Amino acid sequence: MLDRVATLWPEIILFVTVMVLMLTGTSGDKDIRRAGLWIAGVGLLLAFIFAVRMPEPETLMPGLAGFMRPAACVVGFLLLMGLGNIDSRLESEVDGGRRFDPLDTTQGEQLCFFLLSLIGLMLCTTASDLIWLFLALEMTSLPTYIMVARSRSKKASQEAAVKYFFLGAAAAAIFLYGFAMLYGATGSLHLLDIRAALEAQAAAGGIGSLAILGLTLAIIGVSFKIAAVPMHFYTADVYEGAAAPVTAFLAFVPKAAGFVVLMLLLGTALHLGEGGQAWPEAIRVLLWVLAALTMTIGNALAMWQNRIKRILAYSSIAHSGYMLVGLVAAMETAGSASASPATNGFAAVLFYIVVYGITNLGAFLVLACLERRGEEIETVDDLEGLWSRHAGHATILALCTLSLMGLPPLVGFFAKLFLFTSAIRAGEYVLVIIAGLNSAAAAWYYLRLAGVGWVRRPGSSAGEIERTPVVARRFAAGVSAATTILLLALTARLITAGDQAVQLRPSDAPPHHAALSTPAADDRPQR
Amino acid sequence: MLLTLLLIPILTAFVLMLRPARQAALIALIGSLAAFAWSLLVWRSFDFDASATMQLTAAWTWIEPLGLRLSLGVDSIALMLVMLTAALTPLAILGSWTAITQRIREFYLWLLILEAAMLGVFVARDLLVFYIAFEFTLVPMYFLIAVYGSTNRARASIVFFLYTFTGSIITLVGLVYVAWAHWDTNGHWTLDISALTATASAMSTSQQAWVLLALCCGFAVKVPLFPVHTWLPLAHTEAPTAGSVILAAVLLKLGTYGLYRFAMPMCPAAFHEYAPVIAVLCIIGIIYGALICWVQRDMKRLIAYSSVSHLGFCVLGLAAVNEAGVGGSVMYMINHGLSTGALFFCIGMVYERFHTRSMDELGGLARRMPVWTFFTIFFVLSSVGLPGLNGFVGEFLTFFGAFTSGQPVQGLPTAGPLGPWYGAIAASGMILAAIYLLYFAGHLVFGTYHLPDTSHDGHDDHAHTRLPRDLSIREIAVLAPLAFLCFWLGVQPGVILSRIEQPVSEIVTHVNMAAERSMLITALDSPEGR
Repeated sequence: MLDRVATLWPEIILFVTVMVLMLTGTSGDKDIRRAGLWIAGVGLLLAFIFAVRMPEPETLMPGLAGFMRPAACVVGFLLLMGLGNIDSRLESEVDGGRRFDPLDTTQGEQLCFFLLSLIGLMLCTTASDLIWLFLALEMTSLPTYIMVARSRSKKASQEAAVKYFFLGAAAAAIFLYGFAMLYGATGSLHLLDIRAALEAQAAAGGIGSLAILGLTLAIIGVSFKIAAVPMHFYTADVYEGAAAPVTAFLAFVPKAAGFVVLMLLLGTALHLGEGGQAWPEAIRVLLWVLAALTMTIGNALAMWQNRIKRILAYSSIAHSGYMLVGLVAAMETAGSASASPATNGFAAVLFYIVVYGITNLGAFLVLACLERRGEEIETVDDLEGLWSRHAGHATILALCTLSLMGLPPLVGFFAKLFLFTSAIRAGEYVLVIIAGLNSAAAAWYYLRLAGVGWVRRPGSSAGEIERTPVVARRFAAGVSAATTILLLALTARLITAGDQAVQLRPSDAPPHHAALSTPAADDRPQR
Repeated sequence: MLLTLLLIPILTAFVLMLRPARQAALIALIGSLAAFAWSLLVWRSFDFDASATMQLTAAWTWIEPLGLRLSLGVDSIALMLVMLTAALTPLAILGSWTAITQRIREFYLWLLILEAAMLGVFVARDLLVFYIAFEFTLVPMYFLIAVYGSTNRARASIVFFLYTFTGSIITLVGLVYVAWAHWDTNGHWTLDISALTATASAMSTSQQAWVLLALCCGFAVKVPLFPVHTWLPLAHTEAPTAGSVILAAVLLKLGTYGLYRFAMPMCPAAFHEYAPVIAVLCIIGIIYGALICWVQRDMKRLIAYSSVSHLGFCVLGLAAVNEAGVGGSVMYMINHGLSTGALFFCIGMVYERFHTRSMDELGGLARRMPVWTFFTIFFVLSSVGLPGLNGFVGEFLTFFGAFTSGQPVQGLPTAGPLGPWYGAIAASGMILAAIYLLYFAGHLVFGTYHLPDTSHDGHDDHAHTRLPRDLSIREIAVLAPLAFLCFWLGVQPGVILSRIEQPVSEIVTHVNMAAERSMLITALDSPEGR
């Protein structure tokens, strides 16, 4: 038990930070409340340092935590900067007693929810059993419902939160049902034991239908978190309803958690040794169809939108579809000789989610940095003339959207390329062609977003675009735009680290409760 | 050495952003001239005795798990296109001196970045470096059209971007498939073009056919071949003059260069087998493009469609797979770049003065602009293929190549895939070209003198543009080097032909050997063969 706790220091540190924030957030002194941002930042920094140095937990994918936890801290740090402090103009109005709106003061609790959700994501990566997995996933989701509701004093965000909550609860019920079936089929909650049981079943003639049904339900339930197609309906409304920094958060944290869970679940029967048959064809077909539908429908809907947040919301659905291609590829090639980290589907997904998280954040934060007559920028036309007023913002937006489009040489291109190479290796030519055509379709609306600020002359009637005076947010947007280029230098190391992160624990290793010593640290991914 | 060539325009672009806008054009001109001077140095240090091998190579590891290396090098054909690019960019900058009045800095910035990307395509020796540069040309061109184009620019730029982006993604899939096949047979990842070429040309003909199809998706759009040419007239018409010039002179050559560098060597057997299909598409393009030109009233659109027609000849030469055809095709790439680029300059100069592209509103400009008339007629004749000027050499060779393609050649195992009929029908395109271009010149230059009515919009065109009635010294300086090159290459085509002989004969042999091998395999497999 204590061994497990020893691998959880990053989460513990963040949790302590949350406790501190709960105290400082209620302080009557404005300066202490505003210091909450710094406290959270320091907490994340410490968590990052610990996350890099933690021993590997004895889970199904021991390296996963070593990759995903630092990545979550880094993206979390950018998200935190994006969340930023409240606009000081509003706060001085509240302080002066002219007007009171709790949303216009610095909110300690908003930071708490933010960190709690991030803890949930990090816990997902260290999950060793289904209960843990479920709790971690719920811990990721629950704070986000409140964050959506509290992000803006508009009816739309309340509506979004309610939708998000009810659908989320339904999804949770579905995948919990799936987990229960998996338990029934294998007699254990521990992922390693489940794998052993499935191995035995496979050796005895094939994985039982109860387990397959369980996994199917779990996949469908989790597809809510990643906004894959049958469960995508909430996305546009929720993303639009929430404030832009919160939307950026929604697009990364629950999605990353969802993919981590999917990888762990699929990992239980990915490679069943000699002669054993991995997950049967039905699961592969399910994921294949999910991937194709998600990409296509996401892009098709995004093309018709005029509101930027809806475009980004639907495109985030499409991005989930691309990542599902990586899962399909990994199912095909698991167990065959590893060609190169560049052809490992899971590694490609990990790389993609990090790149996507950072660049998507940049695009959303540009929106959060700008306003027109005190209102958030809403439609594509609102961006007219951005280049002549705020050249930096136009550049950031262009870099981020072009990277999301997958234009070489920006890092988003390599993220897509890794998915393509892994799928081609798996022989999924049709899926790759579908993904390619979808990328081309996505180019249409990303190009609109990237180009409108540069190309169109400033509009006359709508009033000038102004910057909101939140410096940290602008800085975070700049960092994420720079990342689209700078990450090129780290691409090789990241994809190699991702490849090591998703290596399954060998099945002949001692089971989790028998191992007393922590595994040697030398086979951790190099970071 | 080649990396420096790429870095000069990029660094100039950086300097450009730091300096005030009124110096932008000058800085850009100096930078691009420096790149041209450097390319002359490259030419000097290139050893033409071994022109088929990649020379001046350099490589740096970039993304190791992917086998991606920043690996550069040129053979003599790539070098010719590098020279073309480096020579045309300063002229394009000089040609836009007065035409661009707003957002000057960004214009030259994009032009320089475009130059770097185009040079990158030609010097790449690594698959992904090629692809990255190939795709990245879209961004500067998109902005050049979308910001500085004429009325319909928004649509033109988006159509241009999406058309080529879609095509090249499919190309990427084909290229990655080849890389995967290489791993499958050799056990390591690499993206080196020569290694992958060796792997791909050893694949079965049906595999090669799929790869060829994927490659053609991207390259045929870029060329453009007949059914996928529709983006070109739109983009050409709406682009600013410098954009049209670069688009016609260099960007279209990326497609033919891609066919030469990838499609032919990687899928030789399939290319040989499907060359008649490609040739038929070319011939349709040649005649269809020419017929549209005949009835075209918009000057820029006319030249744009003539590009469709001309590039058909260029690819037809490749499809002939003999030395005359391929050599002529390379010659054609250079010649088309020079003469069509120059024609776009000429039209741009008229447009800058009268703000119309319509041939109905203009006529008889010889009375007013004699110097301009001289150059325009000169380039029209070069484009038509008047013997003695450059256009003739390439056109004759491709046509000759297609005509004699079916004949057995000494030293080669198989005859080429085409035959006299291809040549004969394509030749009618030459006649049509003479008709529409002379018609165009006759109407615009020598017809009844009339100018667009400028009184209704209240401003005099001279006051507006501050341009002299006939060409200024600057404009002559843009056209004169092009005219000199057209003339020189017309009388001395050996300057290019002798230097590209080796790579051309190498690829012709390569394709024919592979075709023979695949025919032998088919014959052995068939019941009669046993």
